Amino acid sequence: MGNGIDIEKPLTAWGHAHFGAGSRVEGLKRLSGGASQETWAFDVAASNARHALILRRAPGGVAAARSSEAVSLATEAALLGATSKAGVRVPEVLHVSAPGTALGEAFVMRRVNGETLGRKILRDDEFSVARIRLTRDCGEALAGIHAIPTAGLVDLPRSLGEDQIRKYEAIYRGLGMPRPVLELAFAWLKANAPAPATPVLVHGDFRLGNLIVDQNGLGAVLDWELAHIGDPREDIAWLCVNSWRFGHSEKRVGGFGDLPELLDAYAAAGGARFSAAEIDWWEIQGSLKWGVMCMMMYSAYKTGADPSVERAAIGRRVSENEIDLINLFEGLGRHA
Amino acid sequence: MHDGPSAEELIEAVKAFIDKTAAPQLTGHAAFHARVASNALATVLRELAIRPIAEAREKERLEALLGVTGDSAGALNSQLCEAIRSGSMDLSTAGLLAHLKSTTIAQLSVDQPGYSGLRSADTGNGLI
Repeated sequence: MGNGIDIEKPLTAWGHAHFGAGSRVEGLKRLSGGASQETWAFDVAASNARHALILRRAPGGVAAARSSEAVSLATEAALLGATSKAGVRVPEVLHVSAPGTALGEAFVMRRVNGETLGRKILRDDEFSVARIRLTRDCGEALAGIHAIPTAGLVDLPRSLGEDQIRKYEAIYRGLGMPRPVLELAFAWLKANAPAPATPVLVHGDFRLGNLIVDQNGLGAVLDWELAHIGDPREDIAWLCVNSWRFGHSEKRVGGFGDLPELLDAYAAAGGARFSAAEIDWWEIQGSLKWGVMCMMMYSAYKTGADPSVERAAIGRRVSENEIDLINLFEGLGRHA
Repeated sequence: MHDGPSAEELIEAVKAFIDKTAAPQLTGHAAFHARVASNALATVLRELAIRPIAEAREKERLEALLGVTGDSAGALNSQLCEAIRSGSMDLSTAGLLAHLKSTTIAQLSVDQPGYSGLRSADTGNGLI
Protein backbone atom coordinates (compact mmCIF):
# COMPACT_ATOMS: atom_id res chain seq x y z
CA MET A 1 0.00 0.00 0.00
CA GLY A 2 2.94 2.38 0.49
CA ASN A 3 3.41 4.49 3.60
CA GLY A 4 4.73 7.47 1.73
CA ILE A 5 8.42 7.04 2.61
CA ASP A 6 9.30 5.93 -0.91
CA ILE A 7 7.62 8.92 -2.51
CA GLU A 8 8.35 11.68 0.01
CA LYS A 9 11.96 11.97 -1.18
CA PRO A 10 11.23 12.35 -4.91
CA LEU A 11 8.32 14.70 -4.10
CA THR A 12 10.64 16.84 -1.98
CA ALA A 13 13.19 16.93 -4.81
CA TRP A 14 10.46 18.00 -7.24
CA GLY A 15 9.27 20.64 -4.73
CA HIS A 16 12.79 22.07 -4.52
CA ALA A 17 12.97 22.38 -8.29
CA HIS A 18 9.47 23.80 -8.66
CA PHE A 19 8.93 25.95 -5.55
CA GLY A 20 12.48 26.67 -4.36
CA ALA A 21 15.21 24.89 -2.43
CA GLY A 22 13.76 25.79 0.97
CA SER A 23 10.36 24.16 0.35
CA ARG A 24 9.14 21.21 2.40
CA VAL A 25 6.63 18.42 1.74
CA GLU A 26 4.11 18.21 4.60
CA GLY A 27 1.06 16.15 5.53
CA LEU A 28 1.50 13.44 2.89
CA LYS A 29 -1.54 11.20 3.19
CA ARG A 30 -3.00 8.43 1.04
CA LEU A 31 -6.60 9.22 0.13
CA SER A 32 -7.97 6.31 -1.84
CA GLY A 33 -7.50 2.62 -1.42
CA GLY A 34 -8.36 2.13 -5.07
CA ALA A 35 -6.58 -0.71 -6.78
CA SER A 36 -6.20 1.10 -10.08
CA GLN A 37 -4.44 4.32 -9.02
CA GLU A 38 -2.96 5.73 -5.83
CA THR A 39 -4.19 9.18 -4.80
CA TRP A 40 -2.18 11.15 -2.23
CA ALA A 41 -2.82 14.56 -0.69
CA PHE A 42 0.12 16.70 0.43
CA ASP A 43 1.19 20.31 0.92
CA VAL A 44 4.36 22.02 -0.17
CA ALA A 45 5.37 24.75 2.26
CA ALA A 46 7.49 27.22 0.27
CA SER A 47 9.11 30.41 1.52
CA ASN A 48 6.22 32.65 0.45
CA ALA A 49 3.24 30.34 0.10
CA ARG A 50 1.69 27.02 0.92
CA HIS A 51 0.52 24.84 -1.97
CA ALA A 52 -2.23 22.23 -1.51
CA LEU A 53 -1.56 19.40 -3.97
CA ILE A 54 -2.66 15.97 -5.11
CA LEU A 55 -0.46 13.17 -6.45
CA ARG A 56 -2.03 10.60 -8.74
CA ARG A 57 0.27 7.64 -9.15
CA ALA A 58 0.24 4.16 -10.65
CA PRO A 59 0.35 1.56 -7.85
CA GLY A 60 3.99 1.47 -6.73
CA GLY A 61 4.79 3.90 -9.53
CA VAL A 62 4.51 1.16 -12.13
CA ALA A 63 1.49 0.92 -14.42
CA ALA A 64 -0.02 -2.54 -14.36
CA ALA A 65 -1.55 -4.18 -17.40
CA ARG A 66 -5.11 -2.96 -17.38
CA SER A 67 -8.12 -5.16 -17.79
CA SER A 68 -10.40 -2.15 -18.16
CA GLU A 69 -10.36 0.59 -20.75
CA ALA A 70 -9.10 3.16 -18.27
CA VAL A 71 -6.66 5.60 -19.84
CA SER A 72 -3.07 5.97 -18.63
CA LEU A 73 -2.04 8.62 -16.11
CA ALA A 74 -0.08 10.48 -18.78
CA THR A 75 -3.20 10.59 -20.95
CA GLU A 76 -5.27 11.72 -17.97
CA ALA A 77 -2.80 14.54 -17.31
CA ALA A 78 -2.87 15.53 -20.99
CA LEU A 79 -6.68 15.59 -20.91
CA LEU A 80 -6.63 17.87 -17.86
CA GLY A 81 -4.31 20.21 -19.77
CA ALA A 82 -6.49 20.20 -22.90
CA THR A 83 -9.75 20.72 -21.01
CA SER A 84 -8.25 23.47 -18.84
CA LYS A 85 -7.09 25.27 -21.98
CA ALA A 86 -10.65 25.01 -23.32
CA GLY A 87 -11.97 26.76 -20.21
CA VAL A 88 -13.42 23.74 -18.41
CA ARG A 89 -12.85 23.84 -14.66
CA VAL A 90 -10.32 21.11 -13.86
CA PRO A 91 -7.38 20.89 -11.45
CA GLU A 92 -4.19 22.47 -12.79
CA VAL A 93 -1.48 19.91 -13.57
CA LEU A 94 1.96 20.99 -12.30
CA HIS A 95 4.10 17.98 -13.07
CA VAL A 96 4.01 14.73 -15.02
CA SER A 97 6.43 12.02 -13.92
CA ALA A 98 7.50 9.31 -16.36
CA PRO A 99 7.73 5.58 -15.64
CA GLY A 100 11.18 4.56 -14.42
CA THR A 101 11.82 7.78 -12.47
CA ALA A 102 12.09 7.87 -8.67
CA LEU A 103 8.45 8.93 -8.36
CA GLY A 104 7.34 6.53 -11.06
CA GLU A 105 4.38 6.98 -13.38
CA ALA A 106 2.43 9.81 -11.78
CA PHE A 107 1.29 13.41 -12.02
CA VAL A 108 0.89 16.26 -9.53
CA MET A 109 -2.08 18.64 -9.63
CA ARG A 110 -3.45 21.39 -7.45
CA ARG A 111 -5.99 20.38 -4.80
CA VAL A 112 -9.34 22.08 -5.38
CA ASN A 113 -11.43 22.96 -2.34
CA GLY A 114 -14.96 21.67 -2.13
CA GLU A 115 -17.09 18.60 -1.65
CA THR A 116 -17.42 15.45 -3.74
CA LEU A 117 -19.89 13.41 -1.66
CA GLY A 118 -23.23 13.40 -3.49
CA ARG A 119 -25.36 13.05 -0.39
CA LYS A 120 -23.79 16.11 1.26
CA ILE A 121 -23.99 18.22 -1.89
CA LEU A 122 -27.69 17.40 -2.26
CA ARG A 123 -28.57 17.84 1.41
CA ASP A 124 -26.40 20.40 3.21
CA ASP A 125 -27.45 24.04 3.51
CA GLU A 126 -23.98 25.24 2.59
CA PHE A 127 -24.62 24.01 -0.99
CA SER A 128 -28.09 25.55 -1.42
CA VAL A 129 -26.81 28.20 -3.85
CA ALA A 130 -24.53 25.67 -5.56
CA ARG A 131 -27.50 23.36 -6.18
CA ILE A 132 -29.31 26.14 -8.06
CA ARG A 133 -26.28 26.86 -10.26
CA LEU A 134 -25.06 23.32 -10.75
CA THR A 135 -27.34 22.36 -13.64
CA ARG A 136 -26.17 25.26 -15.76
CA ASP A 137 -22.56 24.74 -14.68
CA CYS A 138 -22.72 21.09 -15.72
CA GLY A 139 -24.33 21.94 -19.08
CA GLU A 140 -21.58 24.45 -19.80
CA ALA A 141 -18.80 22.10 -18.65
CA LEU A 142 -20.12 19.26 -20.80
CA ALA A 143 -20.45 21.54 -23.83
CA GLY A 144 -16.85 22.65 -23.23
CA ILE A 145 -15.54 19.10 -22.96
CA HIS A 146 -17.44 17.98 -26.05
CA ALA A 147 -16.08 20.91 -28.09
CA ILE A 148 -12.42 19.99 -27.57
CA PRO A 149 -10.84 19.01 -30.90
CA THR A 150 -10.36 15.25 -30.85
CA ALA A 151 -7.59 15.23 -33.44
CA GLY A 152 -4.91 16.05 -30.86
CA LEU A 153 -6.09 13.50 -28.32
CA VAL A 154 -3.99 10.39 -28.50
CA ASP A 155 -4.49 6.98 -26.95
CA LEU A 156 -8.19 7.40 -26.29
CA PRO A 157 -10.41 4.39 -26.86
CA ARG A 158 -13.33 4.90 -29.21
CA SER A 159 -16.69 3.64 -27.98
CA LEU A 160 -20.02 4.71 -29.45
CA GLY A 161 -23.46 3.59 -28.32
CA GLU A 162 -23.58 0.32 -30.24
CA ASP A 163 -19.99 -0.54 -29.23
CA GLN A 164 -21.03 -0.21 -25.61
CA ILE A 165 -24.10 -2.40 -26.00
CA ARG A 166 -21.92 -5.05 -27.63
CA LYS A 167 -19.32 -4.81 -24.89
CA TYR A 168 -21.73 -4.96 -21.96
CA GLU A 169 -23.87 -7.65 -23.52
CA ALA A 170 -20.77 -9.83 -23.96
CA ILE A 171 -19.88 -9.30 -20.29
CA TYR A 172 -23.48 -10.00 -19.21
CA ARG A 173 -23.74 -13.20 -21.29
CA GLY A 174 -20.36 -14.32 -19.93
CA LEU A 175 -21.63 -14.08 -16.36
CA GLY A 176 -24.32 -16.67 -17.06
CA MET A 177 -26.95 -15.08 -14.80
CA PRO A 178 -29.78 -14.07 -17.14
CA ARG A 179 -32.35 -11.59 -15.83
CA PRO A 180 -35.51 -10.76 -17.82
CA VAL A 181 -35.43 -6.99 -17.22
CA LEU A 182 -31.85 -6.74 -18.47
CA GLU A 183 -32.73 -8.90 -21.49
CA LEU A 184 -35.56 -6.49 -22.29
CA ALA A 185 -33.23 -3.52 -21.97
CA PHE A 186 -30.63 -5.03 -24.34
CA ALA A 187 -33.30 -5.97 -26.89
CA TRP A 188 -35.01 -2.57 -26.68
CA LEU A 189 -31.76 -0.62 -26.99
CA LYS A 190 -30.76 -2.61 -30.08
CA ALA A 191 -34.18 -2.16 -31.70
CA ASN A 192 -34.34 1.57 -30.98
CA ALA A 193 -30.77 2.81 -31.42
CA PRO A 194 -30.67 6.48 -32.41
CA ALA A 195 -28.55 7.70 -35.30
CA PRO A 196 -25.02 8.23 -33.95
CA ALA A 197 -24.03 11.82 -33.16
CA THR A 198 -20.70 13.25 -34.30
CA PRO A 199 -18.10 11.59 -32.03
CA VAL A 200 -16.57 13.88 -29.40
CA LEU A 201 -14.36 13.68 -26.32
CA VAL A 202 -16.60 12.05 -23.68
CA HIS A 203 -15.66 12.25 -19.98
CA GLY A 204 -17.21 8.84 -19.35
CA ASP A 205 -18.04 9.22 -15.64
CA PHE A 206 -19.48 12.73 -15.30
CA ARG A 207 -21.65 12.61 -12.15
CA LEU A 208 -21.76 13.62 -8.49
CA GLY A 209 -18.89 11.85 -6.78
CA ASN A 210 -16.51 12.87 -9.56
CA LEU A 211 -17.29 16.59 -9.42
CA ILE A 212 -15.89 19.00 -6.86
CA VAL A 213 -18.70 21.31 -5.79
CA ASP A 214 -18.14 24.41 -3.70
CA GLN A 215 -20.63 26.93 -2.32
CA ASN A 216 -20.88 28.65 -5.71
CA GLY A 217 -21.41 25.59 -7.89
CA LEU A 218 -19.11 23.38 -9.95
CA GLY A 219 -15.49 23.73 -8.83
CA ALA A 220 -13.71 21.07 -10.88
CA VAL A 221 -14.31 17.97 -12.99
CA LEU A 222 -12.27 14.98 -11.73
CA ASP A 223 -11.72 11.32 -12.61
CA TRP A 224 -10.97 11.27 -16.31
CA GLU A 225 -9.94 7.62 -16.31
CA LEU A 226 -12.92 6.53 -18.42
CA ALA A 227 -12.57 9.28 -21.03
CA HIS A 228 -13.07 8.13 -24.60
CA ILE A 229 -14.17 9.22 -28.03
CA GLY A 230 -17.91 8.68 -28.06
CA ASP A 231 -21.41 10.08 -28.25
CA PRO A 232 -21.99 13.34 -26.34
CA ARG A 233 -25.42 12.14 -25.19
CA GLU A 234 -23.69 9.43 -23.13
CA ASP A 235 -22.25 12.04 -20.72
CA ILE A 236 -25.52 14.00 -20.48
CA ALA A 237 -27.57 10.88 -19.73
CA TRP A 238 -25.04 9.36 -17.28
CA LEU A 239 -25.51 12.45 -15.10
CA CYS A 240 -29.25 11.61 -15.11
CA VAL A 241 -29.01 7.91 -14.17
CA ASN A 242 -31.01 7.43 -10.96
CA SER A 243 -28.09 5.65 -9.23
CA TRP A 244 -26.35 9.06 -9.19
CA ARG A 245 -29.32 11.04 -7.84
CA PHE A 246 -28.55 9.78 -4.33
CA GLY A 247 -32.17 9.40 -3.29
CA HIS A 248 -33.40 12.64 -4.90
CA SER A 249 -35.17 10.88 -7.78
CA GLU A 250 -37.52 13.76 -8.51
CA LYS A 251 -34.64 15.79 -9.93
CA ARG A 252 -33.57 13.99 -13.08
CA VAL A 253 -30.21 15.73 -13.41
CA GLY A 254 -28.03 14.31 -10.64
CA GLY A 255 -30.73 14.78 -7.99
CA PHE A 256 -30.41 18.59 -8.28
CA GLY A 257 -31.74 19.75 -11.66
CA ASP A 258 -34.19 19.38 -14.50
CA LEU A 259 -33.26 18.05 -17.92
CA PRO A 260 -34.66 20.93 -20.04
CA GLU A 261 -32.46 23.40 -18.12
CA LEU A 262 -29.40 21.20 -18.63
CA LEU A 263 -30.08 20.78 -22.36
CA ASP A 264 -30.69 24.54 -22.75
CA ALA A 265 -27.46 25.41 -20.93
CA TYR A 266 -25.59 22.84 -23.03
CA ALA A 267 -26.90 24.28 -26.30
CA ALA A 268 -26.41 27.90 -25.16
CA ALA A 269 -22.76 27.07 -24.43
CA GLY A 270 -22.23 25.82 -27.98
CA GLY A 271 -23.27 22.19 -27.63
CA ALA A 272 -25.67 20.46 -30.00
CA ARG A 273 -29.41 20.81 -29.36
CA PHE A 274 -30.56 17.44 -27.97
CA SER A 275 -34.10 16.47 -27.02
CA ALA A 276 -35.19 14.83 -23.77
CA ALA A 277 -36.43 11.84 -25.80
CA GLU A 278 -32.88 11.25 -27.11
CA ILE A 279 -31.56 11.24 -23.58
CA ASP A 280 -34.01 8.44 -22.64
CA TRP A 281 -32.15 5.92 -24.82
CA TRP A 282 -28.84 6.82 -23.25
CA GLU A 283 -30.20 6.84 -19.72
CA ILE A 284 -31.63 3.35 -20.28
CA GLN A 285 -28.21 2.32 -21.50
CA GLY A 286 -26.60 3.94 -18.45
CA SER A 287 -28.85 2.12 -15.98
CA LEU A 288 -28.29 -1.15 -17.83
CA LYS A 289 -24.53 -0.59 -17.83
CA TRP A 290 -24.44 0.07 -14.08
CA GLY A 291 -26.59 -3.04 -13.47
CA VAL A 292 -24.11 -5.16 -15.44
CA MET A 293 -21.22 -3.56 -13.54
CA CYS A 294 -22.87 -4.50 -10.20
CA MET A 295 -23.21 -8.06 -11.50
CA MET A 296 -19.50 -8.01 -12.44
CA MET A 297 -18.55 -6.87 -8.95
CA TYR A 298 -20.67 -9.61 -7.40
CA SER A 299 -19.06 -12.09 -9.77
CA ALA A 300 -15.68 -11.22 -8.23
CA TYR A 301 -17.09 -12.66 -5.00
CA LYS A 302 -18.62 -15.66 -6.72
CA THR A 303 -15.37 -16.64 -8.42
CA GLY A 304 -13.35 -16.12 -5.23
CA ALA A 305 -11.32 -13.25 -6.70
CA ASP A 306 -12.56 -10.92 -3.94
CA PRO A 307 -14.18 -12.75 -1.03
CA SER A 308 -15.41 -9.60 0.78
CA VAL A 309 -18.96 -9.25 2.09
CA GLU A 310 -19.19 -5.97 0.18
CA ARG A 311 -18.66 -7.72 -3.17
CA ALA A 312 -21.24 -10.36 -2.25
CA ALA A 313 -23.82 -7.78 -1.16
CA ILE A 314 -23.47 -5.59 -4.26
CA GLY A 315 -25.20 -8.32 -6.25
CA ARG A 316 -28.36 -7.28 -4.42
CA ARG A 317 -28.19 -3.85 -5.99
CA VAL A 318 -28.90 -5.02 -9.53
CA SER A 319 -32.64 -4.81 -8.78
CA GLU A 320 -32.18 -1.06 -8.21
CA ASN A 321 -31.16 -0.70 -11.83
CA GLU A 322 -34.02 -2.95 -12.86
CA ILE A 323 -36.66 -0.73 -11.26
CA ASP A 324 -34.95 2.31 -12.81
CA LEU A 325 -35.17 0.61 -16.22
CA ILE A 326 -38.84 -0.21 -15.69
CA ASN A 327 -39.59 3.37 -14.61
CA LEU A 328 -37.80 4.58 -17.74
CA PHE A 329 -39.73 2.17 -19.98
CA GLU A 330 -43.00 3.35 -18.46
CA GLY A 331 -42.01 6.95 -19.07
CA LEU A 332 -41.17 6.45 -22.77
CA GLY A 333 -43.32 8.66 -24.95
CA ARG A 334 -43.95 11.19 -22.21
CA HIS A 335 -41.98 13.73 -24.26
CA ALA A 336 -43.98 13.04 -27.42
CA MET B 1 -36.69 -30.59 12.56
CA HIS B 2 -36.62 -28.15 15.44
CA ASP B 3 -37.30 -24.48 15.31
CA GLY B 4 -35.94 -23.24 18.62
CA PRO B 5 -34.00 -21.14 17.80
CA SER B 6 -35.41 -20.52 14.34
CA ALA B 7 -33.26 -19.43 11.42
CA GLU B 8 -34.66 -15.90 11.91
CA GLU B 9 -33.70 -15.87 15.60
CA LEU B 10 -30.15 -17.02 14.83
CA ILE B 11 -29.71 -14.34 12.17
CA GLU B 12 -31.17 -11.68 14.46
CA ALA B 13 -28.76 -12.75 17.22
CA VAL B 14 -25.72 -12.53 14.92
CA LYS B 15 -26.90 -9.17 13.55
CA ALA B 16 -27.31 -7.81 17.10
CA PHE B 17 -23.80 -9.04 17.94
CA ILE B 18 -22.37 -7.22 14.91
CA ASP B 19 -24.34 -4.01 15.57
CA LYS B 20 -23.96 -3.76 19.34
CA THR B 21 -20.71 -5.54 20.17
CA ALA B 22 -18.39 -5.97 17.18
CA ALA B 23 -18.99 -2.85 15.07
CA PRO B 24 -18.42 -0.30 17.88
CA GLN B 25 -14.94 -1.79 18.42
CA LEU B 26 -13.96 -1.55 14.75
CA THR B 27 -12.60 1.38 12.76
CA GLY B 28 -11.97 2.26 9.12
CA HIS B 29 -12.46 -0.42 6.52
CA ALA B 30 -13.42 -3.11 9.03
CA ALA B 31 -16.18 -0.88 10.48
CA PHE B 32 -17.50 -0.29 6.96
CA HIS B 33 -17.55 -4.03 6.24
CA ALA B 34 -19.32 -4.69 9.56
CA ARG B 35 -22.09 -2.33 8.46
CA VAL B 36 -22.31 -4.10 5.10
CA ALA B 37 -22.43 -7.46 6.90
CA SER B 38 -25.26 -6.28 9.16
CA ASN B 39 -27.20 -5.02 6.13
CA ALA B 40 -26.67 -8.36 4.39
CA LEU B 41 -28.22 -10.16 7.35
CA ALA B 42 -31.18 -7.77 7.24
CA THR B 43 -31.57 -8.72 3.56
CA VAL B 44 -31.63 -12.41 4.48
CA LEU B 45 -34.32 -11.76 7.12
CA ARG B 46 -36.47 -9.94 4.56
CA GLU B 47 -35.91 -12.72 2.05
CA LEU B 48 -37.06 -15.37 4.55
CA ALA B 49 -40.22 -13.34 5.19
CA ILE B 50 -41.06 -12.27 1.63
CA ARG B 51 -39.64 -14.74 -0.86
CA PRO B 52 -41.98 -17.74 -0.47
CA ILE B 53 -45.16 -15.80 -1.25
CA ALA B 54 -43.47 -13.45 -3.76
CA GLU B 55 -41.95 -16.35 -5.69
CA ALA B 56 -45.25 -18.27 -5.73
CA ARG B 57 -46.97 -15.24 -7.27
CA GLU B 58 -44.11 -14.73 -9.69
CA LYS B 59 -44.49 -18.36 -10.81
CA GLU B 60 -48.25 -17.91 -11.37
CA ARG B 61 -47.63 -14.83 -13.49
CA LEU B 62 -44.88 -16.55 -15.47
CA GLU B 63 -47.15 -19.52 -16.19
CA ALA B 64 -49.88 -17.19 -17.44
CA LEU B 65 -47.44 -15.15 -19.52
CA LEU B 66 -45.68 -18.15 -21.10
CA GLY B 67 -48.72 -20.43 -21.24
CA VAL B 68 -46.93 -23.35 -19.55
CA THR B 69 -47.19 -25.02 -16.15
CA GLY B 70 -45.15 -27.33 -13.98
CA ASP B 71 -41.67 -25.78 -14.15
CA SER B 72 -39.91 -23.98 -11.29
CA ALA B 73 -39.84 -20.19 -11.19
CA GLY B 74 -36.15 -20.36 -12.13
CA ALA B 75 -36.80 -22.50 -15.22
CA LEU B 76 -39.72 -20.29 -16.25
CA ASN B 77 -37.51 -17.21 -15.89
CA SER B 78 -34.94 -18.80 -18.23
CA GLN B 79 -37.72 -19.35 -20.78
CA LEU B 80 -38.82 -15.73 -20.39
CA CYS B 81 -35.26 -14.50 -20.91
CA GLU B 82 -35.02 -16.58 -24.08
CA ALA B 83 -38.38 -15.29 -25.35
CA ILE B 84 -37.25 -11.68 -24.88
CA ARG B 85 -33.82 -12.32 -26.36
CA SER B 86 -35.27 -14.00 -29.45
CA GLY B 87 -37.69 -11.13 -29.97
CA SER B 88 -40.85 -13.19 -29.52
CA MET B 89 -41.70 -10.96 -26.56
CA ASP B 90 -41.03 -7.23 -26.23
CA LEU B 91 -42.36 -4.05 -24.61
CA SER B 92 -45.59 -4.40 -26.65
CA THR B 93 -46.31 -7.89 -25.23
CA ALA B 94 -49.46 -7.66 -23.10
CA GLY B 95 -48.67 -8.16 -19.44
CA LEU B 96 -44.88 -8.39 -19.81
CA LEU B 97 -43.90 -5.03 -18.34
CA ALA B 98 -46.52 -5.34 -15.57
CA HIS B 99 -45.10 -8.75 -14.64
CA LEU B 100 -41.50 -7.51 -14.63
CA LYS B 101 -42.52 -4.54 -12.52
CA SER B 102 -44.30 -6.68 -9.92
CA THR B 103 -41.34 -9.05 -9.76
CA THR B 104 -38.82 -6.22 -9.47
CA ILE B 105 -40.83 -4.46 -6.75
CA ALA B 106 -40.92 -7.72 -4.77
CA GLN B 107 -37.18 -8.26 -5.33
CA LEU B 108 -36.36 -4.72 -4.22
CA SER B 109 -38.49 -5.00 -1.12
CA VAL B 110 -36.05 -7.77 -0.18
CA ASP B 111 -32.84 -6.26 -1.59
CA GLN B 112 -33.11 -2.47 -1.01
CA PRO B 113 -36.49 -1.48 0.44
CA GLY B 114 -35.32 2.13 0.88
CA TYR B 115 -34.26 2.63 -2.74
CA SER B 116 -35.56 5.85 -4.29
CA GLY B 117 -36.59 4.12 -7.53
CA LEU B 118 -38.94 1.88 -5.56
CA ARG B 119 -40.76 4.95 -4.23
CA SER B 120 -40.94 6.37 -7.75
CA ALA B 121 -42.46 3.18 -9.12
CA ASP B 122 -46.21 3.47 -9.43
CA THR B 123 -47.35 0.62 -7.24
CA GLY B 124 -51.03 1.18 -7.97
CA ASN B 125 -51.40 -2.24 -9.56
CA GLY B 126 -51.17 -3.92 -6.13
CA LEU B 127 -49.42 -7.00 -7.49
CA ILE B 128 -46.70 -7.43 -4.89
